[in-house]
Amino acid sequence: MFNKMRSSILVLSALCAMVGAAGAETLINGAGATFPYPIYSKWFSEYAKIDKSVKFNYQSIGSGGGIKQISAQTVDFGASDKFLTDAELKAAPGKLIHIPTVMGAVVVTYNLPGVKTPLKLTADEVAGIYLGKITIWNDPRIGTNNPGVNLPAKPIILVHRSDGSGTTAIFTDYLSNVSPEWKSKVGMGTSVKWPAGLGGKGNEGVAGQVKNTEYSVGYVELAYAMENKLPFATLKNRDGQYVAPTIKSTTAAAAGAAKHMPADYRISLVNQPGKEAYPIAGFTWLLVYEQQKDAVKGKKLVEFLKWELKSGQKMASSLLYAPLPENVVKMVEKSIAGIK
Amino acid sequence: MSHDEEVRDARFAGRFDGDRIFKGITLGFALTVILILLLMAAGMAVEALPAMKRFGWKFVSGSDWDAVQGSFGALPYIWGSIVSSALAIIAATPLSVGTAIFITELAPRKLGGAIASLVELLAAIPSVIYGLWGVVVMAPWLQKTVEPFLIEHFGFLPLFRGPPYGVGMLAAIFIIMIMIIPIITSITKEVLLAVPQSQKEAAVALGATKWEMIRMAVLPYGRSGILGAVILGLGRAIGETMAVTMVIGNTPQISLSLLDPAYTMPSVIANEFAEATSKLHSSALMEIGLILLALTLIINITARVLIWSVTSKQSAGGRR
Repeated sequence: MFNKMRSSILVLSALCAMVGAAGAETLINGAGATFPYPIYSKWFSEYAKIDKSVKFNYQSIGSGGGIKQISAQTVDFGASDKFLTDAELKAAPGKLIHIPTVMGAVVVTYNLPGVKTPLKLTADEVAGIYLGKITIWNDPRIGTNNPGVNLPAKPIILVHRSDGSGTTAIFTDYLSNVSPEWKSKVGMGTSVKWPAGLGGKGNEGVAGQVKNTEYSVGYVELAYAMENKLPFATLKNRDGQYVAPTIKSTTAAAAGAAKHMPADYRISLVNQPGKEAYPIAGFTWLLVYEQQKDAVKGKKLVEFLKWELKSGQKMASSLLYAPLPENVVKMVEKSIAGIK
Repeated sequence: MSHDEEVRDARFAGRFDGDRIFKGITLGFALTVILILLLMAAGMAVEALPAMKRFGWKFVSGSDWDAVQGSFGALPYIWGSIVSSALAIIAATPLSVGTAIFITELAPRKLGGAIASLVELLAAIPSVIYGLWGVVVMAPWLQKTVEPFLIEHFGFLPLFRGPPYGVGMLAAIFIIMIMIIPIITSITKEVLLAVPQSQKEAAVALGATKWEMIRMAVLPYGRSGILGAVILGLGRAIGETMAVTMVIGNTPQISLSLLDPAYTMPSVIANEFAEATSKLHSSALMEIGLILLALTLIINITARVLIWSVTSKQSAGGRR
């Protein structure tokens, strides 16, 4: 009985090996963030046309899952919208490196009947609104920066994301960066304890709620806001300029950060210097072990990363992701050369 | 052993042990189901252990949920789940039982059949569709029509205070109610159809009106079945995730007002699990899952006990 079973298993595995050999295809598995999924799947399908000997398989299970799986070495690469903490890096069985791929931004959207020009908001005001301190639209703090805009005497209805998300992480990172009170009271994370407001599931949940509710304000991912032509606030950046959220102004945020970019790319891109830099932006990263267990896979992975930095970046804007600025691409190219 | 069995056994003796193998296989299937349940509970308990150790009973009684600070209390979620399901059941039961009575006893056969198949169609709609409809159609309607009306006329009650968001506890109750009506209705319909014709005829022969016949002959006969239908509905209500998440407003708070946003246990798991990066956070979500599992088991066991007690009373007192 057991012999029979063993022999059938042998046959089966031989069969698998044969199929594998026939295709001579390297399968590289990855898992993680949902935010970059559209561009990653585009990259993988485009890359499959260039190098037919490799196949990428990506599961968009969320950044948390991506970090867990790459730490447990069940996948060949992970993906995350948040960078790993020192403790998380230490817990991993090998040296994990962060590779920034594209950038996203978060847009403050609102529903103010009759207001046509984009609202101008400062960092203090955004923080004040989300802390529940600025509760009414005609608050003088908002009014002084928006002369000529007829702000109603209506309470501000706050909407935030209810599901854990990289969008929330970037937004709360920004609020923590600009407001000490936010930092001590709430902090940053994929899910936080909101002082006020109600939660919608996903970008569509927040946008839908804002669209349906007059005098409301919410935040959504840049790509989603652009696709759906949502009204957005222009935000005052570190250099004192009011900047509209666009792909260009998002890339400008990373360009501004390039001067003090740490070697491991674990940097938040909120509130960066630069006249054109939009203040609520962030990287999304791939997580890869520096010392690859499987040399063939490692080589293929590096080849892909090189391609992604050259040709892949050009596809970013059409999918409404901000590409990496030139100076950052050069840095990353050097870093991936170290993957063995 | 009956004569038939003897004959059959004689015929197959020494040739074929099919019955025993069949019994063994089905026993294996049955045990697998139990094993899966046990493994699930055990697996979740192991995962939930860090949160249990850290917070103890405070996990159930606390209402602070802060993933950044690593402080977790599940009371608002438990509250939200229980209140939304309980109120939805209270609203759905009379509607469903009424519909089932109409279909089986009062409607012309063709009309009844048409209504019955429409109700069953409702049961087949995936919950995300209900959620979408809830967000796009129902919530704006609640926000612009129903809630302002409630605030204006019943605003003195604590139940209807606060601004009309559209989404919130009321929206969740509505959507759950709509989702469980088909289940309760179709099971109740089957139960009522099983009431023997003789029973009904006897009531009518004694001079009962249609209403009296339903009240005295049909409903008591189907009591345990209807109760079972309601409990099944409750089971779906408490576990409903997608549609509720989309309309409840996802704010962990305990508020008496039905207009306020709230949160349920399945919703917080669905919302936060994928991006829960800290061990304590995912462990806390696992513990919520465990509480949900326990709650569902308690509901089901209570249902069993209730049904037993009703049926045993019925058989003890004879069928009226």
